[in-house]
Amino acid sequence: MKTTVLSGIALLGMTTIAAADTLTIYSGRGEALIGPLIQQFEAETGIDAEVRYGSTSEMATLLMEEGDASPADLFWAQDAGALGALSERFADLPAATNETVLEVFRNPANKWVATSGRTRVLVHSTERAAEDLPQSISDLSDEKYRGRVAWAPTNGSFQAFVTAFRLTQGDDAAKAWLDAMVANDTKVYKNNGTQIEGIANGEVDYGLVNNYYLGRYTAKDAEFPVAQTHFAAGDIGNLVLVAGAGIVEASDNKDEAQAFIDFLLSPAAQQFITLQGNEYPVRTGIIPAATLESLNTVSEISPKVDTNTLGDLEGTLTLLRDAGLL
Amino acid sequence: MILARAPIILVLPALLVCAGTCLPALWLVLRALDADPVELLDIVFRARNALLLANTFKLVALTLAIGTAIAFPLAWLLTRSDLRARRLLSYLVVLPLAVPGYVMAYALIGLSGYYGFLRHWFGVSTPPLYGLWGAALALSFYTFPYIFLNLRAAFLGMDPALEETARSLGKSRWAVFRHVTLPQIWPALVSGWVIVGLYVIGDFGAVALMRYEVFSYAIFTQYSGAFDRTYAAWLSLMLLALTLAALRLQRMATRRRGFARTGTGAARQLRPVRLGAWVWLAGAGIALVVLCTLGLPLTVLVHWMRFGLAALDVAALAKAALGTAIVAAPVAALAAGLALPVVLLSLRHDTRLARMSERLAYLGYATPPLTFALAMVFFSLQAVPVLYQSLALLIFAYAMSFLALAFGPIRLALLQIGTRQEEAARSLGASPARAFGRIVLPRLRRPVAAGGILVFIMVVKELPMAWILSPTGFRTMSMNVFARTVEGMMAEAAPYALAIILFSSLFIGLILKYEGEGRS
Repeated sequence: MKTTVLSGIALLGMTTIAAADTLTIYSGRGEALIGPLIQQFEAETGIDAEVRYGSTSEMATLLMEEGDASPADLFWAQDAGALGALSERFADLPAATNETVLEVFRNPANKWVATSGRTRVLVHSTERAAEDLPQSISDLSDEKYRGRVAWAPTNGSFQAFVTAFRLTQGDDAAKAWLDAMVANDTKVYKNNGTQIEGIANGEVDYGLVNNYYLGRYTAKDAEFPVAQTHFAAGDIGNLVLVAGAGIVEASDNKDEAQAFIDFLLSPAAQQFITLQGNEYPVRTGIIPAATLESLNTVSEISPKVDTNTLGDLEGTLTLLRDAGLL
Repeated sequence: MILARAPIILVLPALLVCAGTCLPALWLVLRALDADPVELLDIVFRARNALLLANTFKLVALTLAIGTAIAFPLAWLLTRSDLRARRLLSYLVVLPLAVPGYVMAYALIGLSGYYGFLRHWFGVSTPPLYGLWGAALALSFYTFPYIFLNLRAAFLGMDPALEETARSLGKSRWAVFRHVTLPQIWPALVSGWVIVGLYVIGDFGAVALMRYEVFSYAIFTQYSGAFDRTYAAWLSLMLLALTLAALRLQRMATRRRGFARTGTGAARQLRPVRLGAWVWLAGAGIALVVLCTLGLPLTVLVHWMRFGLAALDVAALAKAALGTAIVAAPVAALAAGLALPVVLLSLRHDTRLARMSERLAYLGYATPPLTFALAMVFFSLQAVPVLYQSLALLIFAYAMSFLALAFGPIRLALLQIGTRQEEAARSLGASPARAFGRIVLPRLRRPVAAGGILVFIMVVKELPMAWILSPTGFRTMSMNVFARTVEGMMAEAAPYALAIILFSSLFIGLILKYEGEGRS
């Protein structure tokens, strides 16, 4: 009992002014996926890594509040929007780092690097929407789809998609589409997973999500009544997005942080993320996830949008607010 | 009033509470000042916010109505009737406190739909309950025990002589209830409403799953979409203004009432009301409540466990349980220890400091947790960087945030104890401290402990602050739940969520034992 009390007191004073060679990672990605990678990294490099998990937006806001006093060495985010918002607080990466990754995923400013790719997809009910699928996101505002489509306006990936829409087709076109979708009684959901469950539940028939969520349901249940597909080639609804990481400028452990980034881009880690997370690798030579379309197909059918410009969220948020969605 | 001037031993803790709980508001004002006036008008004063506010009001009102409709009959039955196994039943109806909000929301959603029991057992797949009713049901199903506990303690502490006298003077049962019982339990009811209402205002988890857009939605959007602390600060300040208005209402509703026994001799034990044939109806009602509020979430968790059990890491679970205990126990002790002087001050020395510390504690409780945590980040980095991301800071922040939960039991106990016996002791020559220490303090032990456990249970299941403020690498059970749900892995999260409920259930019995002086 006494020792418990004593160790309790010792713990109370425990702070994270970590030892110099401990790498501190703020992760917007969940532990279930990331934990094994961290262990592997520690075993391979001998560097101790500590991870603070949270949602991407919480961790990004925390980094902003901490400023120069941040104990974080590296930020690993779920979307390019958060990385863009934090660009000023990131150290420059060596140019070679971004050269490791495929061209579609590169960040030419070298502030962060993509660690995995994903695409926007259309998920649909296999029971109520199996044939005659929409070819473009603009089809979804047809009367035929009234009240049958789900979306998640607060979701970072959805917002990145709207930003890309604005950049390729102009603000007016994007606004017109949003208004038409709202007028068509499109249903608001919290995130990607709840849209997929909503389709299985019979609440809606279509949803606009990222590619890697459906696999989590179908892996456990082969008869899960939801499938996913892309729109016609070049449609903005097929947009390619990234998760990525950047090194915090205020860090004292930049070398260790760089070692972690190199590790994430290594074939072994890329293979793990690809198979375990149902995502796309950012380099060649990786066995693709069986349930996904090939990366080649995806890069062919996805619209050409510079992922760096997706950090410009202000206009998108204004647009979403004007449409009454935020 | 016994003491003319507030003793320093009460003033110091109250000052600490003021200082700790006003930090978020201060930080919000600081951040709010960065705003660009044009955009400010755009974001803060747009029509949609009015809609969100109206939705918030609706949700609070409906949640309180459902919660009271459940809690009131239960409290009466389990204190006043001759129902059997009242102790066990009380335990079962308080247990939903331990259910995390997202689990309750999922349970209701999961009742129907693809994964639902209805489809599983009967092959019917119906669209789930969403929107205002879904959100209000989910919230009231795990917050109604706050109202129940308050009412139960009020019923148990009431002097039966008042009702009996009224009856003997020829008043009808209804008239006695209306003019004697209700005024006596009114403050308990209102303080239960405040705790639940403020919780509902700040909650985001359950309402987001239920797809009902309330004001916290607007704040969340600022952080998550825009990474914008400035406008989030404005919106949070609006939320706090709403809280102040609610507290003003509470004060107006419960002003100046005395509830202590004034008669001599010991209070008589109340004779329980015979239910007779009504016992079946009462039993069925209680069974329905337990089924909905406890059976439903547990079934959903067990349902998920079928997939998640294989992935369970027992060592990680043990580490998380230890982490939870290391944080929650000191938070509970600190919060209860600070709540006592604040309540004492406010009841006995109606000073500006007393009013302020109490109100600020409620403000802290209503502040969205992310906002509260970021304020702590800012001030600790400015003032005590050494403590940044230490357990000490996390414990302090939690205690400040949940302090108000401990007020209810302590306030009620003090009101029921009254001041007459203490005055008698003083008139016999005892010093104020000695009179208080010998007469009041022994009777406060249990309510203070009950208040502490309410805080404890909240800390065990809630999490946003732990993300931001705990030492990097530190783990609690609720963090483990979220680390999985954030990637959509509900099955893997289920064992941890179940562990949270089991862990808290160990302590819930103690609340019942300690509140209402253990008579039941």
